[in-house]
Amino acid sequence: MTAALALGDDALVLSHRLGEWAGHAPVLEEEVALANIALDLLGQARVLLSLVGDEDELAYLREERAFRNVQLVEQPNGDFAHTIARQLYFSTYQRLLYEQLAAGESAFAGLAAKAVKEVAYHQDHAEHWTLRLGDGTDESHDRMQLAVDALWRFTGELFEPVEGVEVDWQSLRSGWLESVSAVLERATLTLPTGPQAGAWTAGAGRQGIHTEPFGRMIAEMQHLHRSHPGASW
Amino acid sequence: MSSSTEWPLWEVFVRSRRGLSHTHAGSLHAPDAEMALRNARDLYTRRSEGVSIWVVPSAQVTASSPDEKDSFFEPAGDKPYRHPTFYEIPEGVKHL
Repeated sequence: MTAALALGDDALVLSHRLGEWAGHAPVLEEEVALANIALDLLGQARVLLSLVGDEDELAYLREERAFRNVQLVEQPNGDFAHTIARQLYFSTYQRLLYEQLAAGESAFAGLAAKAVKEVAYHQDHAEHWTLRLGDGTDESHDRMQLAVDALWRFTGELFEPVEGVEVDWQSLRSGWLESVSAVLERATLTLPTGPQAGAWTAGAGRQGIHTEPFGRMIAEMQHLHRSHPGASW
Repeated sequence: MSSSTEWPLWEVFVRSRRGLSHTHAGSLHAPDAEMALRNARDLYTRRSEGVSIWVVPSAQVTASSPDEKDSFFEPAGDKPYRHPTFYEIPEGVKHL
């Protein structure tokens, strides 16, 4: 199940990244908000990975090259603006993707119908923060612009068709661009103009090629399970 | 963490289900009303506690003063006839 692995890994990896904010978020309220989003994603990941095999084995015992998530979700949290830019790009994509899946008749229709409500909130959260940071102080504007620029090169990969995910990738891409452009414009930010992918961005997370920070991330994610196999709470 | 922020404080009221009133659930910090609503959703309704949320700037709440407690509340203390305890509740009346 290439498709379930790809979608499940997207959710699992982003969930872990967001979980890294626990204890570090700028304010307590936002920490809870990010943790809630992380837990939604973890729930999605569990359902999706269970379609493929044993969820714990898949999450904790696979090597880096066996993960099929897009490179966008593995990017480090950076400053808060980077986290929000990553959320904006991914949640907009995920919402449009899951809306199409929910309307279809594939094995993902039921899961997507439930998840799309969660994802709609993730997108709402990201949009509200993008507006406030972009149209906030000079510093927050500059940092938000830097973040949307820095992550732009990882967005092209989102629209590479995934085998077994039956959606209209063209309309997914145009819908995404329309939605993200509108938010950035309202936030007084400039839509990045660079390439959405290129030779210098491997953009091949779906083939198991990941960026350097991902190795460190899964080392931390898998450490406990590998050190104490079968440990439970 | 929250103490370092200059975000204002908001009071949160949650209605647990239709037909009941909004009840004070707690307070939180947020930069504006829209974000306060979202923070309240995450902090106070994550275990399905509510179907509706109000947020009110804490600065807008006018509270009675503890110094006025005697004059405010004590006079009601010796007026038991204000309690509807002199009535027999007919059988079959629900939700009392």
